[in-house]
Amino acid sequence: MTVTLPAFEYLTPESIADAARLLANPQQRVAIVGGGTDLTPKMKRRQSTPALLVSLASIPGLSGIRIEGDNCIIGASTLLADLAASPLVPSVVAAAAAEIASPQIRNTATVGGNLCLDTRCNYIDMSENWREASGHCMKDGGEVCWVAPRGDRCWAVSSSDLAPLAIALEGAVRLVSVRGERVIAAADLYQNDGIAFQAKSADEILLELILPIRQVRATYHKLRRRGSIDFPILGVAAAARFDHEGICRDARLVLGAVASAPLRAIEAEQSLIGNRFTDEVIEEAARLAAQLVRPQDNADLGSRYRKWMAPVYITRALHDLEVENE
Amino acid sequence: MTSGHSVVGRPLPRVDAMEQVTGRLRYADDLTLPGTLVGRQLRSTQAHALITRIDTSRAENLPGVKAVITGADLPISYGILPVSQDENALALHRVRHIGDPVAAVAAIDAETAEKALDLIDVLYQPLEPVVTIEEALGEDRPLIHGEGTGKNVHRVAALEFGDVDAGMAEADHIREDVYFFRGNTHAALETHSAMADYDADHRLRLWSSTQVPHYLHRALEKVLEMPAGRIRVIATPSGGGFGGKTDPFSHEIVAAKLSMLTGRPVKITLSREEVFYAHRGRHPVLMWVKTGFLRDGRITAMHFKTFLDGGAYGSYGVASLYYTGALQTSTYRIPNYRFEGVRVFTNKPACGPKRGHGTPQPRFALESQMDKAAEDLGLDPVEIRLRNLVQPFSMTVNHLRITSCGLSECMAKVREASNFSESHGRLPFGRGVGFAVGAYMSGAGLPIYWNDMPQSEVQIKVDRGGGVSVYSMAADVGQGSTSMLATVVAECLGLEPADLAMVTADTDLTPVDLGSYSSRVTFMAGNAALQAGTKIRNRVMQAVADKLEVDPADLVAKAGRIVVRGDPDSGMAWAEAVRTAIASVGPLIESGSYRAPDLAGPYKGAGVGISPAYSYSACVALVSCDGETGQVDVERVWLAHDIGKAINPLLVEGQIEGGVYMGLGEALFEEHSFRGALHRGPSLLDYKIPTALEMPPVETYLIESIDPEGPFGAKEVGQGPLLPVIPAIANAVYDALGVRIDEVPITPDKIVAALRDKSRGGSGRFGPETVPEYQFPPVVRVEPPAGFVAP
Repeated sequence: MTVTLPAFEYLTPESIADAARLLANPQQRVAIVGGGTDLTPKMKRRQSTPALLVSLASIPGLSGIRIEGDNCIIGASTLLADLAASPLVPSVVAAAAAEIASPQIRNTATVGGNLCLDTRCNYIDMSENWREASGHCMKDGGEVCWVAPRGDRCWAVSSSDLAPLAIALEGAVRLVSVRGERVIAAADLYQNDGIAFQAKSADEILLELILPIRQVRATYHKLRRRGSIDFPILGVAAAARFDHEGICRDARLVLGAVASAPLRAIEAEQSLIGNRFTDEVIEEAARLAAQLVRPQDNADLGSRYRKWMAPVYITRALHDLEVENE
Repeated sequence: MTSGHSVVGRPLPRVDAMEQVTGRLRYADDLTLPGTLVGRQLRSTQAHALITRIDTSRAENLPGVKAVITGADLPISYGILPVSQDENALALHRVRHIGDPVAAVAAIDAETAEKALDLIDVLYQPLEPVVTIEEALGEDRPLIHGEGTGKNVHRVAALEFGDVDAGMAEADHIREDVYFFRGNTHAALETHSAMADYDADHRLRLWSSTQVPHYLHRALEKVLEMPAGRIRVIATPSGGGFGGKTDPFSHEIVAAKLSMLTGRPVKITLSREEVFYAHRGRHPVLMWVKTGFLRDGRITAMHFKTFLDGGAYGSYGVASLYYTGALQTSTYRIPNYRFEGVRVFTNKPACGPKRGHGTPQPRFALESQMDKAAEDLGLDPVEIRLRNLVQPFSMTVNHLRITSCGLSECMAKVREASNFSESHGRLPFGRGVGFAVGAYMSGAGLPIYWNDMPQSEVQIKVDRGGGVSVYSMAADVGQGSTSMLATVVAECLGLEPADLAMVTADTDLTPVDLGSYSSRVTFMAGNAALQAGTKIRNRVMQAVADKLEVDPADLVAKAGRIVVRGDPDSGMAWAEAVRTAIASVGPLIESGSYRAPDLAGPYKGAGVGISPAYSYSACVALVSCDGETGQVDVERVWLAHDIGKAINPLLVEGQIEGGVYMGLGEALFEEHSFRGALHRGPSLLDYKIPTALEMPPVETYLIESIDPEGPFGAKEVGQGPLLPVIPAIANAVYDALGVRIDEVPITPDKIVAALRDKSRGGSGRFGPETVPEYQFPPVVRVEPPAGFVAP
């Protein structure tokens, strides 16, 4: 069985412009590599066999966190360990970062890598031999999605912990290519399709995550089996602003790891706005949001349990935001 | 400690501790010889198929490839048990599970070897796979071993001791329960690895991470058709075994064959995924238990049925089957006992022995049922167990000879330390305590292949400088057996364990020990070492006594000297004493051996479960559970273990903590899970072993019952402490939430399903309702042993 990496060329451009040029060649199977904690195992499993890896590690300025005006700017090459330890980022972001993967992986994995994390599925994140045995699925060059064989789409799961939070905090990402630079809302980076899960085109490099600094209460709840290592099988990111009377004036509720993209629960958000976070209001919002959750049997613990847990986790997240003693 | 021992009983670090913790220790995969080739195996992508064509020519023509072999090159079958010679190193005509090895290559590097695998063309003719126990017991599926269709039954057992019907008739209360223990695997940190070197003089050396160099030696002799004397097996330092390296494996035989063909060393290291396919892990066992109780909690009869999903090959399965019925009687006096069990073949990786071999599954069922019965009868869970407790120096109804037994002390210790009886049933919703006990063998009473030779031999040679070399084939698999042997011999000779040169697990250099399985090494190799060490000491003492003109009975070996008792400055230094002895009687070379007494009862299957001594454990687990999410946090575990005598308490506690860790994983997380015949996640990301964050503090208590036959009174600790952990957690979850999860692992989804069921007025139980309708053969009736006393 295969345990070695396939052959590839590895380049470490020292400027963004050089990196963008390397990515502009449409003839070549090229991949951007940050920490490589997701890409390298995929290459060993022959899920991905890029001929060229463009590393962002040597580009100055891509790593680090700074405050610019009303924004917190997090460079794509910032290590998750540094994000978790940063006093500059919203504390909810640091706390969520501390829950990603394991300490060892956080010492290597990057913010850009987590935001651009490939969708996951336990029909695809397997060795070549295993995929051969199961029959190659749609995301693997085959015809069908084994999760829902009658459908016409891939159901691989968006498994980033930072993505739902970035959306809840109304973050944006800066993208660059030889064609120019653009800033898009974090929410617009994703599409609900297991294969075409990113709106970013292949030649674009994610340079930074931009988080507006505002007076919001925010939280992130992650469901997984163990206290470390595991990807989320449900993530709930919630953020809300309250007026001085404790009335919610704005709310964002984003669910991770239940679809191929983070899902914004807009109806639930609407139900929160204009209300105090009473038990009844939270329960109704959780009910509305949980309706969006249709997990498939392609991640840990089965779809039924993850469906059951959605309202529980949403409720807990919203209770975190409650304004006390009003 | 007033034992009078100088090193036995001291918490010393292992003799090889620094090598291990500094990373200098060389594991199998660290080894390399000049010109070593990389071996790789092609594995089946079919669950069940005939191989209609296999073409290796494209692979052979790839530059850098030195040899390509298929089943035809290794046609002789093998298997760990003489009755189950059903494996081939590479598939012959048929593959039986996804991951079954089909062909192998040796090449100059890993990239070339892997490329070559892609160039081997295999044409399969698929057969219908058999995946579940129910399918295997049906008539319409293809036979996995054999031609045509029918029941895929590997082996059946049906035994009755005493009169179960009469016992049930006496009962005031009868419980019938069904349990399912889903299978799991060892997940040793080190993946399997072997390097073979066949030299120009036609001698083969094989280094392998194996627990059983002797049995591997025998398998190589058979499959390679080479005289045993030309084969040398060396067990390398182990990165964990837990029973997963106790069979002869395909990659070991294949590496040897490839080295023979190429004349170069060949190394094969399995990937993590391949280890999941090599497996030999815990059998999934479906169980039905019917037990009769008197009003006061005493058991009148027990009827135990087990259904084992064996996977594709026999492995240890015949033994595993009997183990699921053998040790129920080792903790409780069951006056009438019927056991019916069946092991089936399925198209999945072969199951085999994992820590506790075949007994954690029934122990989970038994200890869960004891708790349920206690509740039915209004008894404390400890009390019902005490009323049935096996007595020291007694016989069980199925002819197990019990000697030392510190179980009641173990129970008292954890009950008191954890405040169990004050907490049970009284903690707030979400928190609970659970109690369970267990027992395990200090070595299987019989060897795997029938013979009347010793089960362990130890040799000692003393150098003229006083250096002592100890030779034993016992393979240290991390449990510290080498340190144990060093301690036993050092105690005999008045030396420090670290002073001894330990030569172990090498079939050319060391006398036979059967291997590191069935928790046998301390008891058996320890006794052999004690005998050899005593002989050396006696010879040295005699020579010193002659020279000093004193009575040898007045001499003691202590602190590197042979001295007259009570006078530490008398006598002579060890090295001088040794030279004196060699001068007077010649070379100081002695050997010792151990063979267990003949303990087998008068029935077929009696060889499984007998042991010269049993260890006992009692456990309390304290859990807190989230009543909404079903997540379980084990807050603390108390575990008391009757070790007989702790030769090294530090190592004993390490084994207990390791057993608790493994039990925790099995209870709550780990499952060798399949979707059809496809493994759901053959990786350490998908297969959930607990992390450090899940591991609770463990309070360990060593109970020393001083076994009359164990070396210095010692018994086993490698496996027993795991047994009560799983049911203790299951019982604690029930105490916390009021739901019974009769299926291991107890995962959050099952707990939430049970809670939802309960909230809708259901029983709040999660688990299988029934077992398959299967007609067992008529039971073989066995009279209880003479002197058997019912409770």
